[in-house]
Amino acid sequence: MYQRHLDEVLADSGPKADDDLLRNLLDLSPTLSEAASAIIDDSFTRCFKSNSPEPWNWNIYLFPLWVVGVIMRYGILFPIRLVLLIIGWVIFLGLFIPIHFCIKKHEKLRQKLERGLVEFICSVFVASWTGVIKYHGPRPSRRAKQVFVANHTSMIDFIVLEQMTAFAVIMQKHPGWVGLLQTTVLESLGCIWFNRTESKDRMIVAKKLKHHVEDPDSNPLLIFPEGTCVNNEYTVMFKKGAFELDCTVCPIAIKYNKIFVDAFWNSKKQSFTMHLLRLMTSWAVVCDVWYLEPQTLRPGETSIEFAERVRDMIADRAGIKKVPWDGYLKYYRPSVKLTEKKQQKFAESIVRQLDDRKSTRSLTTGLRDGGLS
Amino acid sequence: MGNTSSMLTQYDIEDVENHCSQRFTQREIVSLYQRFCALDRSGKGYISGDEFMSVPEFAVNPLSQRLLGILEGLNFKEFVAVLSAFSPLATINDKLDFIFRVYDIRNNGKVSSEDMIRVLRDLSGDFLTDKQRQAVVTQALEESGYSKDYSLTPEDFLKVLSNGGLKMDVEVPID
Repeated sequence: MYQRHLDEVLADSGPKADDDLLRNLLDLSPTLSEAASAIIDDSFTRCFKSNSPEPWNWNIYLFPLWVVGVIMRYGILFPIRLVLLIIGWVIFLGLFIPIHFCIKKHEKLRQKLERGLVEFICSVFVASWTGVIKYHGPRPSRRAKQVFVANHTSMIDFIVLEQMTAFAVIMQKHPGWVGLLQTTVLESLGCIWFNRTESKDRMIVAKKLKHHVEDPDSNPLLIFPEGTCVNNEYTVMFKKGAFELDCTVCPIAIKYNKIFVDAFWNSKKQSFTMHLLRLMTSWAVVCDVWYLEPQTLRPGETSIEFAERVRDMIADRAGIKKVPWDGYLKYYRPSVKLTEKKQQKFAESIVRQLDDRKSTRSLTTGLRDGGLS
Repeated sequence: MGNTSSMLTQYDIEDVENHCSQRFTQREIVSLYQRFCALDRSGKGYISGDEFMSVPEFAVNPLSQRLLGILEGLNFKEFVAVLSAFSPLATINDKLDFIFRVYDIRNNGKVSSEDMIRVLRDLSGDFLTDKQRQAVVTQALEESGYSKDYSLTPEDFLKVLSNGGLKMDVEVPID
């Protein structure tokens, strides 16, 4: 039911070419069944469901253990982590601001120092939630004409990857303190912003992307082609923008282990600050990162097929399922054209049935006339 | 069961089971409850039209607006009762009643040719002219031996739709 491709959903739900026209008109069962099926369960909503683990503290001796755990996490670990984070930020800002504003002459040195500092602050972040991250595969190398793509679960994906390599990332512009960070620190890395709500935005962003990858001095570009955070059990369709840049695409697969905390950031349910607090009050964030083999566009392959092929690789490695939905459906209704396609199919079958009747009628009239003469 | 964020008790489950005439099993009801709570994001106790439309597969359905009229604002018990027409345990009368309900938008117990044209408009959009729609409905009624101004009753629905068998079953996934 969940693997149904979009084509099947659009499949012919019109009347069958039966003789009984009234029956064909009144029988709404295929259309109604599709609607009911979507209400009862649909593959899109499943992508954004936070699956909370089974509570294990349900009996008399596990519960006190759990309470002790809570006291330790909130009372001991959290303050330590918070202090660590604050110290880390003080050091970072104390070094970044002078370097950014003072070393204007030695561009290359400045960039190198800034990259190092960003990697440092990301490591501090990771330490603040006791991130246990295992990296597999060859570390990304700095080369021209290459982009990195990864599946997206939370903004911490960026932090997890950034502590290893100072990527330039393309992300949605956020409000609040995150937005402030974006426009100051991250801009120096060469990060690119987009705005989901602006329709012309896509072309502007595509231009910026092309410009970035052609510059050999820029930081390696990281793109999350899903365009939105998904719950790390599914992947939604990859947008083809990242795959049309005429570059090598290096896939990265990220899989979080839910054992202590679910790293999925449900942006509709909580702000990023709340999300971070939840991570900081849990035991650890465990995850695996796989750097996969770089891929190039094969001859005769369209960019959409290329995107799907890379998505297959990432989904396989991370052990997550694929669904054929566009992540932006989280924010927008599906296009009216999809409904119109179904309506057109239905209308065509009705017209066919009417025409069949007209032709049989003229046939019998013809025979009758022929008989008479 | 007023607060949707609380768990269902055994009493609640049995109450819902009775209300839908045992068309769903208890496990299916629990599964439907999880689904209801997932769709009712703000925990109001009912699912709004907007929340239904956030399911893409539902939003692209040509009859989505009509179904919203039937489904939105229902509490969980009523939600299950309405959907029970799609259970494999539902009788053909249950299913026909549901289809009749979709047609009979004015709720007067009869489906006129006007009602049929309205549903046909939802199903065919702008791809049929008004003339074509009128012609199809007239043709269909006359072919089956009714006059073109006749209003169909539930018994007529039974006569027309029952002999081919009605495939209107949806499976409720049980985790």
